[in-house]
This record gives sequence, structure tokens and C-alpha cells, in this order.
Amino acid sequence: MTIETTTAGVLALIAIMTVVTLATRFGGVFIMSFVRISPRIESFINTMASSVLIAIVVPMAFAGDLGAIAALSVTTVTMLALRKPLPAIAAGIAAAGLVRYLT
Amino acid sequence: MSVASYSYQIQPQRVRQEFVRLLPISLFVVAFGAAFGLAATQKGLLPLEALLMSTTVFAGASQFAATDMWGSEVSILPLIAVVFAINSRHLLMGASLYPMLKDVPPAKRYGLLLLLTDANWAVSAQDYQNGKRNLEVILGGGLVLWLAWLVGTWLGVYFGGLLQNPKSLGLDMVLGCFLLAMALGGKKSPRVLVAWAVAALASLAAWKWLPPNTHVVVGALAGGVIGYFWLDKKPVSAAAEGDAA
Repeated sequence: MTIETTTAGVLALIAIMTVVTLATRFGGVFIMSFVRISPRIESFINTMASSVLIAIVVPMAFAGDLGAIAALSVTTVTMLALRKPLPAIAAGIAAAGLVRYLT
Repeated sequence: MSVASYSYQIQPQRVRQEFVRLLPISLFVVAFGAAFGLAATQKGLLPLEALLMSTTVFAGASQFAATDMWGSEVSILPLIAVVFAINSRHLLMGASLYPMLKDVPPAKRYGLLLLLTDANWAVSAQDYQNGKRNLEVILGGGLVLWLAWLVGTWLGVYFGGLLQNPKSLGLDMVLGCFLLAMALGGKKSPRVLVAWAVAALASLAAWKWLPPNTHVVVGALAGGVIGYFWLDKKPVSAAAEGDAA
């Protein structure tokens, strides 16, 4: 099934994307409203929460170029040293730009 | 269950503070939005169509992926599958906020979730790990990110040429660096580190062998399983609340 990208078609496609994204924004909370939160479930979702970040970032490093790896390494080192996110992020981005400029 | 008490009060003043707190990171979101606006118009979307998509979808990676599928016609099921797979991490993010969101009336709860995205969720989740309840950042932070995404898209569709190659400036790494900084700023115990190692390995395996865009959910669930079987020794106050309710 396809939709032509006429004006009406594009509006329909954007509406479909909006509904699907909304389902993901609402779905997790909706399902949880039926789950009794035991300490075990609480522990599961807390551990899952920080694991989401790792699951986004680690493949990013493996899929990325030298600039991506530099960015994530420099962010790690700066964050562990200074414990302040903004300098860590800025240093990471600068590292990516620098490495890509040099290579 | 029939007597609902919603103890969480959203404080307008803190919403404004969180708006300002995420202002610096939202400047990077403007640049990323501009990259999207440029990509969208290059793929044949009209400026207003790109702006409408950013307004209502507000999920960058899935918007980039969707415009990659653009042509004179677009297949519906693959589009739904890709958008769902990329955004399925929202399911887990929303679920992780549930212990706080359950203390907010349903209308407000789902209203807040309209603005749920990686950056404001990461701040809220990290605060929660450190014992602070912060839904204000979902609202205030979400608003500034959403506005930045719109401004960026608008700049990109009309002045896209100004930012031909955001990658050379390292701008593609903004979100990765931000999320990594959030993770490293959180509480680290042996339990968390083991969960992270499992999450990293599972997400890499999924990235390599499973369908595209499933790795975030696979990795996060694998990390969560560690938490399910390995409980923190000291009692968690939020869990005690859940039992009392």
C-alpha cells in the first residue's frame, strides 16, 4: 500500500507518523498503569532507564567514524573529571569537529 | 484504586527554571533541526510540510528516516515500521517515568508525554535516580526543545545552504554526547555497571544481527533484566511508596 505525495497525501503521511509516534509516547505509561509496581519492577525500570542511554550510545560509537569515537571518548573523560554535563558535551562536539577537520 | 490521589504538583516556577536549564542544549537542537529542514526540502517536501511534520511528530531521528523513504509515493507499512522502531524507545522512557507520572492526573500525564523526548527524559530520569522528582523538566525542557526544533526546521527549509555540512562541525554528535554525559552523571553501583555492560553487549548484538532500529529497545530491556533479578540492598523509598499505595 502506498500514498502519493500530493498535498493531501503528505498530510496523511504526517498524520500517520504523528499517531505512531504518539502511540510510543503514550504506550509505555499506559501499559504501566496496569502493572503493580513491586520493588522488583521498580528495580527493573530504574536499571532499564539508564540502560536506554547505553543502548543508544554504544552502537553509535561502533557505527560512527573516528570523529564520533573522539566525541564520545572526550565527553566521557571530561564528564568523569569535571562532573559537569555542559563542558563535557561541548568538549565532545569540539573533538568531533577537530578530528574530522584533521582527517 | 478507585480513590485516586495525585500528590505531584507541577510548579510553574520550576517549569521556567527547567526551560532555561535546557536552553543551551536546545541551541544545538536548532542546528539539528536546520539539518532536517534542509534534508526534507532536498527530498521534495515543501517547507510548510516539513514544518508541520516537525510540529506534530517532534522526533528527529524518525523524521530523517521518513524523508529518506520519500518519493512520488511512500509505502505506508514500511513507514509505520521504521517510525515505530526508531521511536519505540519512548515506550521504555515513558514506563521509566511512571512512578512519578502516576501521581499526576491522567489528562496532565498524557499532556506531559506529548513533549517527551530524549534530552528532557534523560534529565528527569537522572534526577529520579538521585532521589529528585522532576516532571517540570519534561514540560519546561520539552517546550524549549520543541520550539528549538521548529525554529531549526524553519531555518533549514529557508536558509538550509547556511549549514550544508553539520557533520563537519560535530553537530551530529550532540545527542550522543548529551545522553552519555547524563548516563555518567548518574548513580554508579556494581549492579548498574553490570547492567550497562549487558545493555551494551545486547544492543551491539541487536545492531549487528537484528532488524535495523531495534537495538535500543533490546539493549535497554536486557539491562533492565539485571535490575529485575539483582535488587539494590537498601530499600528504595519510591518502591516503598508504591507498596503503600
